[in-house]
Amino acid sequence: MEFPILSVMLAVPAIAAIACLFVKAEAARWIALFATLVDFALGILLWASFDVGGAQWQFVEGPINVGGFNWALGIDGISLLLIMLSVFLMPICIGASWKSVTDRVPEYMAAFCLTEVLMIGTFAAQDLLLFYIFFEGGLIPMYLIIGIWGGANRIYASYKFFLYTLLGSVLMLIAMIYIRSTAGTTDIPTLMAYDFPPQVQTWLWLAFFASFAVKMPMWPVHTWLPDAHVQAPTAGSVILAGVLLKLGGYGFLRFSLPMFPDASGDLAWLIFLLSAVAVVYTSLVALVQSDMKKLIAYSSVAHMAIVTIGLFAFNRQGIEGAMIMMLSHGLVSGALFLCVGVIYDRLHTREIARYGGLAENMPRYAVFFLFFTMASIGLPGTSGFVAEFLSLAGLYQVSTWAALICTTSIILGAAYMLYLYRRVAYGPLDKEDVRAMPDLSVREIALLAPVAAVALWMGVYPESFMAPMRNDVTTLLARIERATPASDSRPTPGNPEAAAAAAAEHGGEAAHGAPAHSEAH
Amino acid sequence: MSYASQLATTLPELVLAAGAIVLMLVAAWGGQRSTRAVSIASVFVLVGAGIALIGPASSGATAFGGMYRADAFAAYAKVLIYAASAIAIMVAPRFFAQTAGDNLKPEYPILILLSCTGMGMMVSAGDMLLLYVGLELQSLAAYVLASFMRRDTRSAEAGLKYFVLGALASGILLYGISLVYGFSGTTLFVDIAQAYAGDLGGERSLGLLFGLVFVFAGIAFKMSAVPFHMWTPDVYEGAPTPVTAFFASAPKVAAIGLGMRVAIEAMGPATADWRQIVIFASLASIVLGAVAAIGQTNIKRLLAYSSINNVGFALVGLAAGTPEGVASVLFYMAIYIVMTLGSFLVVLQMRDVAGRPIETIAGFSGLSRSHPGLAAALAIMMFSLAGIPPLLGFNAKLEVFNAAVQADLFVLAVVAVIGSVPGAYYYLRIVKTLYFDAPAEGVAVRTDRFEGGLLAATAVFISPVGWFLLAPLGAWTMTAARSLF
Repeated sequence: MEFPILSVMLAVPAIAAIACLFVKAEAARWIALFATLVDFALGILLWASFDVGGAQWQFVEGPINVGGFNWALGIDGISLLLIMLSVFLMPICIGASWKSVTDRVPEYMAAFCLTEVLMIGTFAAQDLLLFYIFFEGGLIPMYLIIGIWGGANRIYASYKFFLYTLLGSVLMLIAMIYIRSTAGTTDIPTLMAYDFPPQVQTWLWLAFFASFAVKMPMWPVHTWLPDAHVQAPTAGSVILAGVLLKLGGYGFLRFSLPMFPDASGDLAWLIFLLSAVAVVYTSLVALVQSDMKKLIAYSSVAHMAIVTIGLFAFNRQGIEGAMIMMLSHGLVSGALFLCVGVIYDRLHTREIARYGGLAENMPRYAVFFLFFTMASIGLPGTSGFVAEFLSLAGLYQVSTWAALICTTSIILGAAYMLYLYRRVAYGPLDKEDVRAMPDLSVREIALLAPVAAVALWMGVYPESFMAPMRNDVTTLLARIERATPASDSRPTPGNPEAAAAAAAEHGGEAAHGAPAHSEAH
Repeated sequence: MSYASQLATTLPELVLAAGAIVLMLVAAWGGQRSTRAVSIASVFVLVGAGIALIGPASSGATAFGGMYRADAFAAYAKVLIYAASAIAIMVAPRFFAQTAGDNLKPEYPILILLSCTGMGMMVSAGDMLLLYVGLELQSLAAYVLASFMRRDTRSAEAGLKYFVLGALASGILLYGISLVYGFSGTTLFVDIAQAYAGDLGGERSLGLLFGLVFVFAGIAFKMSAVPFHMWTPDVYEGAPTPVTAFFASAPKVAAIGLGMRVAIEAMGPATADWRQIVIFASLASIVLGAVAAIGQTNIKRLLAYSSINNVGFALVGLAAGTPEGVASVLFYMAIYIVMTLGSFLVVLQMRDVAGRPIETIAGFSGLSRSHPGLAAALAIMMFSLAGIPPLLGFNAKLEVFNAAVQADLFVLAVVAVIGSVPGAYYYLRIVKTLYFDAPAEGVAVRTDRFEGGLLAATAVFISPVGWFLLAPLGAWTMTAARSLF
């Protein structure tokens, strides 16, 4: 039997979580850091031994019947990248809480280790109900993290977070039970090729949509997110923005699109509509925020809208762009929350107006903050650019109108992020307590630098991140091709020159994924 | 079948009844001093009855002309009943020793044994009259148990309320039985089923239909399903906590077991008729159990509404009316009684500085700081009762929803699952009190090793460790359920 690396990756933080509860604060910190670093090392091993271009599902374990559901794990390229994101951010979260959390440290570290187990499990589950268990189980530690270590209004935020997401998910559970009784299996790879009748697809799609739209979050069910972010401790926000928001996108990619392609095609307009509203509306809301975390939270909603339009563009650029957007947003907005945490630890306020002129007394901080601001805006050379460009290019092929509206996100994003940066880092350094703030410590640099490096890497050479998922996107495209919504940007037949150019461009798209050339048409 | 072999099938009830009578004599002569010995002996009697289930008592045999059924279904329900009763006996001495006023008397374990005899007959009944006798035996013992703390007015009130409303319910049930008997000419389940089956062919008999409605109303009272739930919060609040723990576990299993046997064996051909009643009771219980619990400040009242809510979910499985549905209900009950006993075990540990039991939810504030283990155990129970994975309460709900979906009852499943969200709110409120609030003053928790160990065992069972037991439990409930069809 092969080395069950995925189960081990789940077991390490699980054991650490239990161990944390029985030791004192300092020991708990080290146990949590050690466990998350071990998981990160295992993650690198996982990526290194992942056979790019090999079998679709690798490191498969199980299925073992547990009673009602199966223990079945396995990953494809998409899962691999999201697992990497989780294990990469986790040690950073532990490090970010090293000094700022002093109350009930053992429980805190246990909650984070538990969150890591549930996140990895969600991305690695190959059984429908096992997925649900991990997906929904994540509510418990997050509820406790927000409620115990959160800000002043934490109790309201924790209830809202829990009940909102629970209400979305329970409908998905009924849909999953229906799938199990109709299709007779809960094996995700099998179901990804199972054809439900079109009218059934619509209902199932809507049930899954209820869950993923809340998790994502999409406008208008995004209102739990700003509350949760503002009240959560720094590391909680990082993990919430970095990984938990990706569960919605992952769900669309893993369930909605391949399992219900016809319904996805029919209802793509709904996604476009909600996403376009979200981009404009939440960007404008972000512009007027006076609380830094709330601003970044609203920017997350806008970025997640780019993910959804990319996914439902039904073409390679869109889907790959959406995936890169998820990874990029996970890194960048996680890092932005860290940046907020750094100054929050010093001044204990998130009020933007309380800061100003930080570039003078905290130059190193200002550099990092600027880098992540630019990455969030999508400056070429950073991961954000690759993500936005690909998603919007994909969207343009389906709906020029939606693309027109959604592209405003680049301008509006620049507006609110630069405005934030100007108010925090530039301007006169006229406040005594702000002047007294020391620059980044070595620990803080050690937290921010790796994220910056990866964001730069993803911006300069995205191929490293696109290669593992290329075949999976090809498989997905082959599956959903028949349901592609009608495009309004195809050149008319009356213009042969443009049609030829379009054909050539489409060849280019396939060449972009060389092995996929034949499938693209 | 010889008389001896017929008696052999009822061996568990014989053990319990004989044990109860012998212990009653011991108590009569031994008096107060014999309390401890009688309690210990009672637990052994329950263990003995459990052992007696192996053999003829679970062979699937039918005794006394079809009146008594010794099938796998009855055996499964009895295992749960005996286990819950044994725990109710074992946790009582400490509770009474710490509570000023009333001492534990040797009658307490004896009454539980008698109640168990009645419950065993309820789940084994193949005849309406045996059902009624078993139910009354169980109830009469329970009325006395509810008012066991004679100097406590709330306890006396609980006993009286329980008795008056219980008598009313018995009347309703008996009226239903008399209608069924009058229009079918028999009290045997198998023959009643034939009457209902024949009824479907020709003219519909209104009498049989009315009988069905009244029988279900009477049973709904015993399982405390809405709209016959009103006694539950008062009785649960007033009764001594070990007794409440008992009421919330063993008699629930017995009542639901009885309800399923009547529904499937006696009235199986009329499934379409009783399904409406069950669906209504189920959804009403889920909604009322969830909404009414939100405003509660007493933990025992809250757990009473929680039990109403849980009965609602269990009935979702019964509404399916299939072997899978029955199995899912049995599965649900096993996990439910562990969760509810675990919750009451935590409540039992809560004392203030003067030694009085703490029953207000506010008294649990910040328990996670002073007693992290106790708080964690209660939090696990609450998340599990709310049906959040990866705890076993989720698997229980999954099974009943699965049964409902397989029986094409989509609307029921969707409404029930949405109804679980307001329910989650009040369970979360307990977790919030435990973890987010500042510690309460004057809490002096007293735990002993035995109850602590029991609590830890229930918490571990509910945690993902319990996944290892899901497959065997599922297989066992399926075997039990098939014996009804």
